[in-house]
Amino acid sequence: MTEDPRPFLITGGTAVNRSGDIVADVLVDDGRVVRVEPGLDVALPAESSGGPRRIDASGCLVSSSFVDLHTHMREPGKEEAETIATASQAAALGGYGAVVAMPNTDPAQDNVAVVEFVRLQGARSGLVDVSPSACITVGRNGTQLAPFHSLAAAGVRLYTDDGNGVQDPLVMRRALEAARELDITLAQHCEVSRLTDGAVMHEGCCSSRLGLPGWPAIAEVLMLQRDIELVRETGAKMHFLHLSTARSVEIVRQAKNDGLPITAEVTPHHISLTDERLATFSAIYKVNPPLRTMEDIEALRAGLLDGTIDAIATDHAPHAPHTKDQDLAAAPPGMLGLQTALGVALGHSGCSARRVVELMSWAPARIAGLEADHGGDIVAGTNANIVVFDPSMSWYQTAESIVSKSVNTPYLDTPLTGKVRHVSYRGRLTVENGELA
Amino acid sequence: MKHLISLDDIGRDELVGLLDTADRMAEVLSRPQPKVPALRAKTVASLFFEDSTRTRLSFETAAKRLSADVMTFSAASSSVNKGESLRDTVETISAMGVDVFVVRHKTAGLPHAITTWTDAHVVNAGDGAHQHPTQGLLDAFTLSRAMGRGNDLTGVRVAMVGDIRHSRVARSTIRSLTLLGAQVTLVAPASLLPPSLIDAARGRVDPAWPVEVSHDLDSVIGDIDVLYLLRMQRERMDSAFISSPNEYSAHFGLTASRLGWMRPGAFLMHPGPMNHGVEFAVSAAELAAQGVTNLITTQVTNGIAVRMSVLFSLFSIDSPEAAHD
Repeated sequence: MTEDPRPFLITGGTAVNRSGDIVADVLVDDGRVVRVEPGLDVALPAESSGGPRRIDASGCLVSSSFVDLHTHMREPGKEEAETIATASQAAALGGYGAVVAMPNTDPAQDNVAVVEFVRLQGARSGLVDVSPSACITVGRNGTQLAPFHSLAAAGVRLYTDDGNGVQDPLVMRRALEAARELDITLAQHCEVSRLTDGAVMHEGCCSSRLGLPGWPAIAEVLMLQRDIELVRETGAKMHFLHLSTARSVEIVRQAKNDGLPITAEVTPHHISLTDERLATFSAIYKVNPPLRTMEDIEALRAGLLDGTIDAIATDHAPHAPHTKDQDLAAAPPGMLGLQTALGVALGHSGCSARRVVELMSWAPARIAGLEADHGGDIVAGTNANIVVFDPSMSWYQTAESIVSKSVNTPYLDTPLTGKVRHVSYRGRLTVENGELA
Repeated sequence: MKHLISLDDIGRDELVGLLDTADRMAEVLSRPQPKVPALRAKTVASLFFEDSTRTRLSFETAAKRLSADVMTFSAASSSVNKGESLRDTVETISAMGVDVFVVRHKTAGLPHAITTWTDAHVVNAGDGAHQHPTQGLLDAFTLSRAMGRGNDLTGVRVAMVGDIRHSRVARSTIRSLTLLGAQVTLVAPASLLPPSLIDAARGRVDPAWPVEVSHDLDSVIGDIDVLYLLRMQRERMDSAFISSPNEYSAHFGLTASRLGWMRPGAFLMHPGPMNHGVEFAVSAAELAAQGVTNLITTQVTNGIAVRMSVLFSLFSIDSPEAAHD
């Protein structure tokens, strides 16, 4: 990996650290943060006199770059929708320094060879750390356990059959016993599939009026309840993906009060869009789990504020346009997320910028097992994985600005708040002034 | 009217206009030569992704009576579409020169999506459990004309019985009948109601549905002017909606004993095709003896005039006798 040979100085920003915010300039050299002090801009030689490059962060916050727990990179298998290279570009523009690659590829990430391939492609792209997750069951078929020992030895920390919930309680119980043994984390997509057959949207007033098959909240709640009891029994660590219902927040809150080792994420779209969007019958709004009601959104926001929900994760799910230009039953679920996540989080979560940094960087880095390189404070000696963002800038995403190979974003007509200005990945500027460097 | 996708998109005046135009079309159909030049040189393409010979024939007959050219595309919606999207299919046919697409699909919303993919007019011929607007129109037309009440059904009591949950007919016909003033009571087991109406009989109402809800046909059937039976699909027991067709028939079917409680002078309607022995378990003679008028065949006949009215109303033409060139 090439590193920017020239040091640079991030000037005029406010560093967001656990101990508090500090107004300081940040000097980066040779891949590391070297100094974090006010007044460096004046103290150090000017750029024209051979001093460090100046990167303007006036009015901006400077924090550890974001970590996405939930990115579908589509490679290998669906390169027409997205590649690891294009997803990495979208991630960098979104302020990310690391993403967890979801394992529902083709072939699936259920063996060391595919996991290593994904990691290698990420390194070749060189814009973010691509941390492969792996399946819980072989081929995500829900029956045969993935080779956890081999995968754990290859460094995989997070396991999921995302897209499918693990339906069989026997398989889930055995998987959690293995997870406890190996100190790995299982991440569940909570959906009792028998209750969601053919579903394309949230089951409720809107689906009743539109005559669309509904995905009831209880299908998420039942699996969440089951797995929490399995965690209580096994003591394994478990992460709950893209929670979407008000009741789910209550259940997780109670389980955390009980001291269980669980974590949970929500997506930007589940805190900003409701099922009423489906009245347009546009497949852009088909997502799994589905967009729900304002009542659910309010409960999810409350969960983000009080710590019940640990992380905001994108569930970035590119789909080629021709696959979305179908009827709602045939179109695959999912929407883009990486480039808009910060703008939605700051504009729609109700959380402070500091809390958003915690939700998008500190906590997901810990959950993904990436805390050695990510989610740290901006202090001398750390890896220079840094995002500089303007927390109050209002903007709209344009179709032309999408760098994913797919364009299935729901946010072209939604105002967003908070924009990524610059990103340093391992001390190299990957994004400058909101564009790929 | 650019498209007809859902009766929720039209108000009472527009509904009445369509029904009045249907009267004129019925007059055309009564002539020795039942054909007018109104849509000469227009091309109507029926795009049926789900089998429905009856509705397709009705639309195509209506188009031909208006002198339109008719193209037929039928493909089972389950067929794998070799890499082509539905949008590609529509754009390809559209490129052949189509003025009106008449669309049937198993999934709600496809006709609406097609309006964004083509400049042609789109008429929904049934989409999933969403809407079947021409059925709603022909039901309102049939009932209001049979009762001799013009366009006013104020105070007319209708019981719609059966699988409301999966019924596009219900969603359209409830709209058209209530726009004309009818009072509609839905009668079904809870499992066959739309999810938002499952608790409606206990008072938890969904304002989007201007209806009463009952689970007890016996308590309703003696007080109504119109019994509207929906088709009960025998496969519903596979997903635990009902125990068996027999169980359904015993509690929600029109049996001879239940017919005996109906008021003489009441009307019977059904969108077809009928499931004999399930929702409908009486004979024509038994209906006649009770003084109940069976409108089912009239509904089919009126379907042509109503669909002519809809196709005609897509274009701004003063009179069906005038050709639109």
